[in-house]
Amino acid sequence: MKKTLKRILSMGFISVMVVGALGGCGKKDTGSSSEFLIGGLGPLTGSNASYGISVKQGADIAINEINDAGGVKVGDSTLQLKLEFADDEASGDTAMSAYNSLMDKGIKALLGTVTSGAGLAIAEQTNADGIFQITPSGSAQDLTAYDNCFRLCFTDPVQGQTMAHYAVEDLGYTKIAVIYNNADEYSTGVMQAFADEVEKIGGEIVASEAFVSEAVDFTTQLTTIKGTDAQIIFVPAYYQDAAYITTQAAELGMNLPFIGSDGWDGVLAKVVDPKVLEGATFLSPFFSTDTDPAIQSFTAAYEKEYNAVPDQFAADGYDSIYVIKAALEEAGSTESEDLINVMTEIQVKGLTGDVTFNADGEPNKGVKFVKIVNGEYTALTNE
Amino acid sequence: MESIIEQFINGLRSGSIYALIALGYTMVYGIAKMINFAHGDIIMVGAYTLYVTTVRLKMPVIPAVLFTVAVCAVLGIIIEKVAYKPLRNAPALAVLITAIGMSFLLESVALLIFNANPITFKSIITIDSVSIGGVTVSGITIVTLVVTLICMVSLTLFITKTKAGSAMRAVSEDRAAAELMGINVNRTISMTFAVGSALAAVAGIMFVCQYQSIKPMLGAIPGLKAFVAAVLGGIGSVPGAMLGGMLLGVIESISKAYISTELSDAIVFGVLVLVLLIKPSGLLGRNRIEKV
Repeated sequence: MKKTLKRILSMGFISVMVVGALGGCGKKDTGSSSEFLIGGLGPLTGSNASYGISVKQGADIAINEINDAGGVKVGDSTLQLKLEFADDEASGDTAMSAYNSLMDKGIKALLGTVTSGAGLAIAEQTNADGIFQITPSGSAQDLTAYDNCFRLCFTDPVQGQTMAHYAVEDLGYTKIAVIYNNADEYSTGVMQAFADEVEKIGGEIVASEAFVSEAVDFTTQLTTIKGTDAQIIFVPAYYQDAAYITTQAAELGMNLPFIGSDGWDGVLAKVVDPKVLEGATFLSPFFSTDTDPAIQSFTAAYEKEYNAVPDQFAADGYDSIYVIKAALEEAGSTESEDLINVMTEIQVKGLTGDVTFNADGEPNKGVKFVKIVNGEYTALTNE
Repeated sequence: MESIIEQFINGLRSGSIYALIALGYTMVYGIAKMINFAHGDIIMVGAYTLYVTTVRLKMPVIPAVLFTVAVCAVLGIIIEKVAYKPLRNAPALAVLITAIGMSFLLESVALLIFNANPITFKSIITIDSVSIGGVTVSGITIVTLVVTLICMVSLTLFITKTKAGSAMRAVSEDRAAAELMGINVNRTISMTFAVGSALAAVAGIMFVCQYQSIKPMLGAIPGLKAFVAAVLGGIGSVPGAMLGGMLLGVIESISKAYISTELSDAIVFGVLVLVLLIKPSGLLGRNRIEKV
């Protein structure tokens, strides 16, 4: 009896493993064509797990699409892509050992890291190994310090500068108030660049109010801003903070417009009354209800596969795979050195915008703004 | 000028919540001579109970509020009976650690049931903002101030005018002597926990109506600030907790508005250090003569 049970169990395990292996490399292994192994690094467990999981799932969608369409033509041969994604728990130490084990498995390119801290910890080593690396979402400036590393998303300072130009030049406001989280490097990084740029292009920061993580009461900061002649409020923060701030501003009878950074993505679900967000505009590389057909089909595929709505991290993961594909095709080689050399020549039409790369490893792409109109996210394209 | 009045009112509003919570700390300390660190989490339980009753069970507002207060009062009694009573003669440190453990337990249970994702909650109080001569006061602020005032007056009457209140005062003066006089100490302690927790429930209700978002860690920061308020006012003293809470809220708001948002917490704690240096027993605390 016990033996039979064991046998059934082991059969079950084997079939799960076989299915898993097949799923990993797309439809079916054609056998004749060879594989290009991409290593992925991001948090799959811990408090930042959602970022890593999104990137991995977005990347898997792209890989399945590419393999289903026949793979990538590199020179004379056609390659199937394969992603080996390892958990770095968003920690530097874990990232290092995860990266080493990926290298042992023979990865040819690295998609990662998802978070900045882990990426900084392995940057020197990846450079020493000379492997072609692209980070989908790590926004720390120094991640692309070495030549082998490229970045798909905007850095924090670029976000701040972009929003400064939007507020002063596009909207024509010169007196600006800022509310930022002084215990968070993302928020302070964006705020600092924003403030510097605003001064440079002739605007003025009339109030710069700080708060700390986990704060829920912003009435004091808002009342102070109310007492100034600010025309607009910039909030570089995450969506929960933005929800508190906009709701409390409405309670205080303030009707200044709000602008925000990409952390605002998801804010609508966090307010009771969407009216408090009416007209608010924030930077976002991607949002799932965009009417662009490419985004629509990605969202549909993602929802079917994972039963979840894709976020910007998923789109970053997806686009990064297409960047690797474009580099492979352009280079006609699978060597990291060749891939790195062609990066400045490729152009990829991605979900997060049409992107090219400069020699510093930074992306050039159009900025996408999202404006909340009638309680819904609406695209506002700005070149 | 309008702005300083508004900032003052902002301070009173958050101060009211601190005061309501601080009352629970101070009453329990006065009677059981322990810091009930799980007290902050009672606010969270109150917030979730209100959410479950009004949103999930669709109960009308008044019964839901009463039910929430009752749930927290009973929870307070249960916590005391299960966790603290067996340790009544244990060293103070053991009781303190148990209280911290209780706090983690409540948070973890909330995490298990509702998970870490904050829940958006529509306020049950829908009164429009009032504008008087350029000063705008939101409806919820008025309700918070009024409710806090009512709670404070009724608590004061309860403690000074009723037999149960006299028993509480007697136990806090001298537990052994009170017992000799025929006061049921166990019942009095239970009642103190119930009253304190009921006040925390009220604070929880006011809190979610103001900030309209519920998460398992919601009680931690207000609980900590209220503890500071209780110490500032003189722990063990009921009027001290009221004064301490209000004062803390106002100092916080004014220093954020006119000195620095970044330094506001440092200023609040600086004031606490200063008060304790000058008057170690807190603003309205009594100087106890240590019996040798």
